[in-house]
Parts: sequence; C-alpha cells; structure tokens
Amino acid sequence: MVGKTESQNGAVKATAAPAMNLESDLFSNFSFKSFKLKTKQQELLLRVSILGLVYILAFITRLFSVLRYESMIHEFDPYFNYRTTLFLTEKGFYEFWNWFDSESWYPLGRIIGGTLYPGLMVTAAFIYWTLRFLRFAVHIREVCVLTAPFFASNTTVVAYFFGKEIWDSGAGLVAAAFIAICPGYISRSVAGSYDNEGVAIFALLLTFYLFVKAVNTGSLAWALASAFGYFYMVSAWGGYVFIINLIPLYVLVLLITGRYSMRLYVAYNCMYVLGMLLAMQIRFVGFQHVQSGEHMAAMGVFFLMQVFYFLDWVKYMLSDTKLFQAFLRITVTSAVAVGALALGVGTASGYISPWTGRFYSLLDPTYAKDNIPIIASVSEHQPTAWSSFMFDFHILLFLFPAGLYFCFKKLSDATIFIVMYGLTSMYFAGVMVRLILVATPAVCLISAIAVSATIKNLTSLLRTKSKTAVAGSSKGTGGSKASSKASFDQSQPFQKNGAIALLLGAFYLLSKYATHCTWVTSEAYSSPSIVLAARGAHGNRVIFDDYREAYFWLRQNTPPDAKVMSWWDYGYQITAMGNRTVIVDNNTWNNTHIATVGRAMSSYEDEAYEIMRSLDVDYVLVVFGGVTGYSSDDINKFLWMVRIGGGVFPVIKEPDYLVNGDYRVDKGAAPKMLNCLMYKLSYYRFGELVTEYGKPPGYDRARGVEIGNKDIKLEHLEEAFTTSNWIVRIYKVKPPNNRW
Amino acid sequence: MAKLLLYLTLATSLIPLFSVAFSPENPTDRRVLVLVDDFAIKSSHSLYFGSLTSRGFQLEFKLADDPNIGLQRYGQYLYDALVLFCPSVERFGGSIDVASIVDFVDSGHDLIVAADSNASDLIREVATECGVDFDEDPAAMVIDHINYAVSNFDGDHTLIASDDFIKADVILGSKKIEAPVLFQGIGHSLNPANSLVLKVLSASSSAYSANPKSKLSNPPSLTGSAISLVSVVQARNNARILITGSLSMFSNRHEKSGNEQFLTEISKWVFHERGHLKAVNVRHHKVGESDEPAIYRINDDLEYSVEIYEWSGTSWEPYVSDDVQVQFYMMSPYVLKTLSTDQKGHYSAEFKVPDVYGVFQFKVEYQRLGYTSLSLSKQIPVRPYRHNEYERFLPAAYPYYGSAFSMMAGFFIFTIVHLYSK
Repeated sequence: MVGKTESQNGAVKATAAPAMNLESDLFSNFSFKSFKLKTKQQELLLRVSILGLVYILAFITRLFSVLRYESMIHEFDPYFNYRTTLFLTEKGFYEFWNWFDSESWYPLGRIIGGTLYPGLMVTAAFIYWTLRFLRFAVHIREVCVLTAPFFASNTTVVAYFFGKEIWDSGAGLVAAAFIAICPGYISRSVAGSYDNEGVAIFALLLTFYLFVKAVNTGSLAWALASAFGYFYMVSAWGGYVFIINLIPLYVLVLLITGRYSMRLYVAYNCMYVLGMLLAMQIRFVGFQHVQSGEHMAAMGVFFLMQVFYFLDWVKYMLSDTKLFQAFLRITVTSAVAVGALALGVGTASGYISPWTGRFYSLLDPTYAKDNIPIIASVSEHQPTAWSSFMFDFHILLFLFPAGLYFCFKKLSDATIFIVMYGLTSMYFAGVMVRLILVATPAVCLISAIAVSATIKNLTSLLRTKSKTAVAGSSKGTGGSKASSKASFDQSQPFQKNGAIALLLGAFYLLSKYATHCTWVTSEAYSSPSIVLAARGAHGNRVIFDDYREAYFWLRQNTPPDAKVMSWWDYGYQITAMGNRTVIVDNNTWNNTHIATVGRAMSSYEDEAYEIMRSLDVDYVLVVFGGVTGYSSDDINKFLWMVRIGGGVFPVIKEPDYLVNGDYRVDKGAAPKMLNCLMYKLSYYRFGELVTEYGKPPGYDRARGVEIGNKDIKLEHLEEAFTTSNWIVRIYKVKPPNNRW
Repeated sequence: MAKLLLYLTLATSLIPLFSVAFSPENPTDRRVLVLVDDFAIKSSHSLYFGSLTSRGFQLEFKLADDPNIGLQRYGQYLYDALVLFCPSVERFGGSIDVASIVDFVDSGHDLIVAADSNASDLIREVATECGVDFDEDPAAMVIDHINYAVSNFDGDHTLIASDDFIKADVILGSKKIEAPVLFQGIGHSLNPANSLVLKVLSASSSAYSANPKSKLSNPPSLTGSAISLVSVVQARNNARILITGSLSMFSNRHEKSGNEQFLTEISKWVFHERGHLKAVNVRHHKVGESDEPAIYRINDDLEYSVEIYEWSGTSWEPYVSDDVQVQFYMMSPYVLKTLSTDQKGHYSAEFKVPDVYGVFQFKVEYQRLGYTSLSLSKQIPVRPYRHNEYERFLPAAYPYYGSAFSMMAGFFIFTIVHLYSK
C-alpha cells in the first residue's frame, strides 16, 4: 500500500513539474515532421497542446487524496453537499427545491431548498445525469468527488482566455499553468473536496472574464454572457457578494479616472440588470439585491451610470461649456443627495437590511472577535498568517508586485480591472484564511503577466542577436523572475549572457514553484480530515478511521429517530453518514440553538441533563484526541462553546473555566472545568489508561498533561461506544430514574 | 434422554405461560411471592392473605432466608409481585438481594414492604431505594398519647389509631373507610428529593417517634403529621410499591378497626386492580381524510384521537374524564387543547397546525393521583408551503403584471417604430 502510494506520488510529480518539457518535445516532433505548417499554425498547435496538457495536469494533480486514501468526500460541509446531491438525484429537482429537512436542527428543522446555494448540487447532478444518459454507470459519489478537479481544469481554460484578454496569449498560458497547480486553489479543490468553492472559483473567474470582455468590446452579447456567469456564481456560492461589489467599484474607478465609455455603459447596465434579475431566482438570495445593504453599492453605481449618460447627452446638446459646468454641478450634487436620502430612508424604515456580521468582519477584522463568537470560532475565518501566504502562493507572492508594475505600465480598462481585483482580494485574503482562495486567480494572472512580459523581453533580446533554439524551449517553459532591468544594457555580449542567466534563473524558480506546489498538494491539502493519518513509531503510516467507525456505529445501533447532540462541527457528518437527527450542524443559522448546546456542554451534568431532556437528546457525541494526540478535538474547542453559550446564557462565564487566564485540564484546572459535562465525557475512564510509556495513567497526549480529574462518575449518561482510538466517544442519555 | 427432552419441551412451553400473567392486556398481578420470617405469619395474618387468594392471587410463601428462593429463572421473572413480610431478615436466601428487588420493581413489578420496630438494615435499604426513610433509631415506635387505641391499652400508647388518609378514591376505593386504622410499628418520613412517593396514611399531629422503653431526653426526630405510616410509590414504569412500618397492621388482631378495608383496598391498587389506564389507537389525520400523513403542512387542520381505557380488575372499561389534554409541542406547547370524549373511551380534538414549521410532537401527559401515568408522544414534522402551494395570482400584484406586459408591448411597438419609420 505504502509503496504503491509512493510510486504514484513520484509519477504525478514527474508529470507535474516538467509538463512543459513534454510538450516542447511534442513541438519539436511536430516541427520536424510537418514543417510545412505556417508559424501561425505552429503557434496555435503549440498553444492548444500546452493548454490541453495544463487541463489534464490540473485534474491529475488533485487526485492525490484519492490515491492516498480512497474516493471519499472530505471534511465537514462537503458531506452536506453530498447528502443534498444524493437527495436531488433520487427525488428530482422539485422535491429538492421544497425539501424540508427534519433531521437537522431538531426540533426546528431546516428548509434545505431555501437555505442553500444549489449550483454545486445541480451541477453534479447534471454531470451525473449526462453520464447516465451516455450509459456510464457511475455512482453519484464518484461524480461528487471529481467535480472539484473537473472544474479546476475548466478554470485553467478560463484563466487562459482571461490572461489573453488582459495581456496576451503568452500571459494566458502562463496564468493557466500557474492556476492549475497553485496551492491556494488546490486547497479547496482536491478530489473529494466537494464544496461550493470548487465550482464557484470557476464561475467567479468566468464572470470577471466575460465582463472584461464585454467592457473591451462593448458588446451586449458578452455582457449577457457575463450576467449568466454571474447567475451561475450566485447559485453556487455566497462569495458572489464580492463580484457585486468589485464590479461597481471598478466602474466607479473608471468613471472617476475619466475612462467612461459607451462600452462600459452597455456592459455594466446589461450585466447588472440581468444579473440581478437572474440572481433573484435563487431562493436563498431572493430580494437581497434590492433590499440588502451589501448590494446597494451596485445599485448606486447603476444610477450614477445613468446620470453620467444623461450628462453626456446634455453636454452634447449644450454647446456652452460654462452652462454645462453649472449644470454638471447641480446634477451631480442633487443625484448624490437623492441617493443618500434614499439610502437613509431605506435603512431607517428597515426596507434595506443592514450589513451582516460576516460582511462587517471582512471590513473590520476585529469585529467578529468582539461581537460574534460564532463567526470567530471557525478556523477558516481566522486572520491569515504570513506563513500561509508563503505556503499558498510561493513565488507568486514576489511576482505579484512585479506584475502590478507591468499592469500600471500598460494601463487599460482590462489591466485596471485585474489590478483592482488583485488588490482588494489580497486585502480580504489577509482578513480571512479562506479568502486566499478568492485572491488566487488574481495573483496567478498578475504573476503570469510579470513572467510572460519578462520572458518576452528577454527572449526578444536573444532573438535579435541570434535565432537560437533556446528561444523556443524557454518560451515553452514559460516564466521568470521579474526584477531584471539591468539587462537593458548597451554592451551586447553582456546583455546576451545576462539574459541567458536570467532565463535560467527563471526556469529554476519556476521549477521550484512546481515542486513546492506538488509537495504541498500531496502533503498538506490532500488529507480528507475525516480519516486521519499519522506516522507510527517505525515511520509507517497509521490510519485513524475513527470518525467513520463512530458514524457507522450510530447508523447500525441506534433507533432511526434517535437525536444526537454534538458540537456543530460534526452535525453534517452525523446526518450524512450516521443518518441520525442532530441538534445543531455546520449551517450555523440559529445562534441560540448552538448556544444551548454550548451551555449543556459547559454545565454540570445534572444541569446539562435538564437541557438534554428538553431537547429530547438520546445520544451525545464528543471528539477526544487525548489518546492519539489529535489536537482539534472538543476539549480544545471547548472555550468557544463556553463563549458562544455565555453569549446567550450569561450563567455561563468564561472566567469560571480559566485559572488566571490560563486554559488547563490538569490538576490546577478550575473546578467548574473539571466537572463540566464536556470534561467528564471526554475523560471518562481516561484516568485508567496509560497512553504513553513512562507517563502516569491519564496522560493527555493532545495537551501534554496529566488530567486533573481521573475519577469521573456519570450519573445521567452512560458510555455507549468509544472508537478504537478513542477519537469519538458516544454516550447514551439515560431515562429518568424509575423510582425518583 | 427422551424424558429429558420431554421435560425441556414442557419447560419451554411453560415459559410463555408465565410471561402472559402480567401483560399490558391484563395488568392485574397473578403470582405473588410472600417472604416471611417464619411461617407463623401465615396463620396470624390469614385474613389478609385470605382476601388476596379470594381475589384470585396465587400466593407462594417462602422463608426469607430460604436458600432456594429467586425472583427470576432464565431471565424470566417467576412472580408478578413481591411481598416482604420479613422485617428482621438480615440477608435473603438464594439470589435475592436489594439490587435484584430494585431490578424487579424497575422491570414493572409490584412490591409490598412491611417493616416493624427493629427492622433490619436490609429492609431499611429497600425502603430507602424507594424514597422512604425509616426512623434511624431501631427501637423507635410511633407514639401518640391522644389518638391511641383504647381497646388494647398497654400504657405506652404505641398502638395508635389514625384516619388521616390520602384523599384519592382511586387508591382507597370509593367507599369511605369509617373506622380508623390501628398501627403499631416504626414511622418513616418521605425523602423530599423523591417526587413519586405519596403518604397514604399519616400520623396525627400529636404523634412522635421515639423509643417507648426509654425516657425521652432529646426532642424526637420525627413528629406530627410528617410521620408517614403507610406510603406508596408509583414508579415511572407504573410499578407500584407499598411501604409501611407495621407488620402487625396486616394481622388478624384488629377486628373492629378499619384495617381490613384499608388494606384490602390499597392492595387492590398496588396489584393493579384499580387505577390502571391504557391508551390505544393513537391516531391523527387531516380533517376530511382518514390516512395518517408522514408530514403536515403549516395551517393544516387536523384531528387527533386516542382511546383510553381503565382496567377494572377483570376487563377494560372506558375511562371517562374531561381533563385529558393534547399538546402540539415543539420545545413548548404551541397548541394545548382539551380532548372531548364520547363517554366510550374515545377522545378527540380538532385543531389547526400553527404557522410554524419544525418537528412537532403530539403529547398527552396525563398524570392524575393514583392513576398510572399516560405519557404519549408522537413525533411529526411540519413543513412550510411548497413553491406551488402559494396563491397563484395575487390581486395586489395586478399593477405589476400590468406594468410588465405594457412594458413588453411598448418595447415591441417602439422597436417597430424605430426600425421602420423614416
């Protein structure tokens, strides 16, 4: 098993890094055999074959997880998406659209059809039905697993055309190659990561590309296509808010910089009006485009656009400049005043809803931490560390400013767009880890401009001297570091040597990038997180399959209408794999309900029992990493439960669980901590267990301490199941005492 | 070998016979195990035992320390009820201990415990498990210098007369107990933490619990009507328990008292001859339909019905009451409605599903003093409207329809004019 994986790893690496070498061979073969092809045709052939290889590369580099583990759905949210897709393919679209799910958020239930972005599920179901129609007997799970890689491949094609639109086809090719293997994107699109982002990035880039195309051509058709791209994006991911704010911002910048044109007018108005109408068809979005504060910028710019058009017309009609100036002043002032008044009245009357907490936390990174613990508690909502920028972008991080330099040097409507996209998304990437994903296409495109422009300069320098074959091959490899202005020297031999050296350096850097990306993909981003892997004492790989063990236990051994209480992280998995009703899940729409669970977990057992009885809880599931050293377990998440619970129920106070501001579980822990339900359930019977040689019994390997309460007695709960590595522990809630 | 086989077949064919004795269909106990300290009790308490046998109970007398006694064999309980008339036993024989008695009760069987002064720790422990604490002083007896039995005057006023009964016809029968009950023995108090234990007969306010032989130096720990003489517990699984501190109360000695009537009536209750309810045919459906749906829609009109019967000792009779209520419950009752009855045991109510979706429950929580508690809950999800269940054409929206179509027409005309004029 291990050997096989290793060899596969090597194979993929080989294809990942020197994919370009391959096609340069291809190129030479072709050029020798059929030299009758004209240069233009040769270039086309080259371009298509490079693109085709990049397309395949983007797909296969995302298959590490399938090779390492198995064809399975990863993480948390994808399980919900999988469950809904399964429902969609089994019951059909109308049932899906009207689906009221009584298995989650017991007893409130959830209207699934009205509270999700159906784009992903419909896409996967459509692929599934198409394959079925073509008589390919696939299982829906395989389709779901491979949806994200498939759309990543499609993204590379869009990136090519986008790059071509902004700069030239060379930049497009480099952009496609970059985005195919960029870890920032791979992190969300490996096989099995069946999440909205998988298709949403494709839709995002497509919308932007089509819009830029529409602005460049002024064509109604492209604007219409862009509106449809936007519709797809809205149906797929909540990140569409980024589009509906970035595009107006871009239009505003063009207006301010005096780049207003009829092309822009046509493109924006068509895209906005049609896009808005189409987006309203998604139930979850509904009337937000006209009612929510987050969408008001787009509407404001739309009206501003009409004012501009009107002014243009007046200017055309009025020949007197002075009169026009006065008119301009009055019109702009009154337009702004009317807009502000409308916004003010709308907000005050409640017609326009205020900004949501998530939106605030984007603009002010500290907002969530102070006000909404439930948003701050999600790990992917944390501010980004510098290291993860390095990790996800590698050399692109240095190429990005260079690309910006090139963009500013050749300013056009298109480059202004990509610059704005790059800068805003980089800011958002700094605010939240998960938004690195949104920044990735921009970073790839801008870096590609840098690489392409530099290499073009360098090779043209070489070409003018002597037409060697170096040019072709180095162009094929594509890419380089930008800061090399010294090459514009007068001394020609030095210039040539310098150019060669720089090209070699560029080649070195790019090969490093390829190696890094492959390594990151295989090591960091291909773990399903539902199956954990660790290195054993002898360097062998140990697999902890405890989650699935526990969920299948639930499925096999509990009554079908049993209600399982756990922290919300595991809700989707329990409903999808265990097929049991849960109290809260990853769709964190009801803070009070989550706070109730948080309160139960942080109360004493008898108080928690009352809460559990009132929610009809039959089983309690906790995740515990003390035996295996798995650190993202419930004890480490516990302070968030206290905070979220305390946010709604002030009887829960965070200082009660801390000792001098320290969170600890050993003998010095706070008494409330040592006796709360979560502690008891996590460490029940743990005091008898020797986890590590030379340590006392009850040594918690995840936190590296000996636990403080080894003699745990449970009164109202009993242990029902503990997985083989103790990662998941399930307790049964006892019925009330018969005689008391 | 063949003989053995025959025995085995016989034994296995008997097992179902044993298990039908106490069933939801026929809740009255049939087989009763009586554990005594010595067999003299059989004759000294013959009146009481006689009343039981005459009502059809099969009594099986065993010495409490008989090494061959056991409550169950091969996982099946051999008896439906247990009577402990062995106040001084220190250790049961056979496989019986406190835990097995508690298990016996927790699996739905009934228990009568009679202690006495000098009750053993074992009996006290059984009582404590049922929420009753006997006076800790082993020699203590209930003394009442005002309400004592005149007939049997021996000077220390330990044979007391009490008529402070619980006011529940279900437990004590509808016929009033005229004569007071004579009691001689140890008093007990109820554990305040236990909400299921009830005082059936309590001492008068002038009673106290002390050792009659010694001089009273400290104030007695148990006084007045806090002293319970006879208590009952109806467990959550409807097993019934009777606990008293006097074994002599059951004896033949007190002829003129109300003992016989009191004990007969209360043993009818304990052995499920009275006050046992069952609910069957819980049904709900939309008004005008008869099939039970898997899910309701908000604002549906529905009908809920249930049939409730009471066990009369021999047959199921319709239970008639006007206070049975149904809740439509999701974390709190959204609908609370009294069920109307047709006097034949059929209860029903019609109501509208609230305009709230979620997972609801039909709940009937019927808990009345003395009756077995009925706790029915049936889960049913309530969904919102489907996309095509809303009204199709809203009158309020006609201006919008009009504007949309006039816009289309206008655009069409404008196009023609724009293209073909000139």
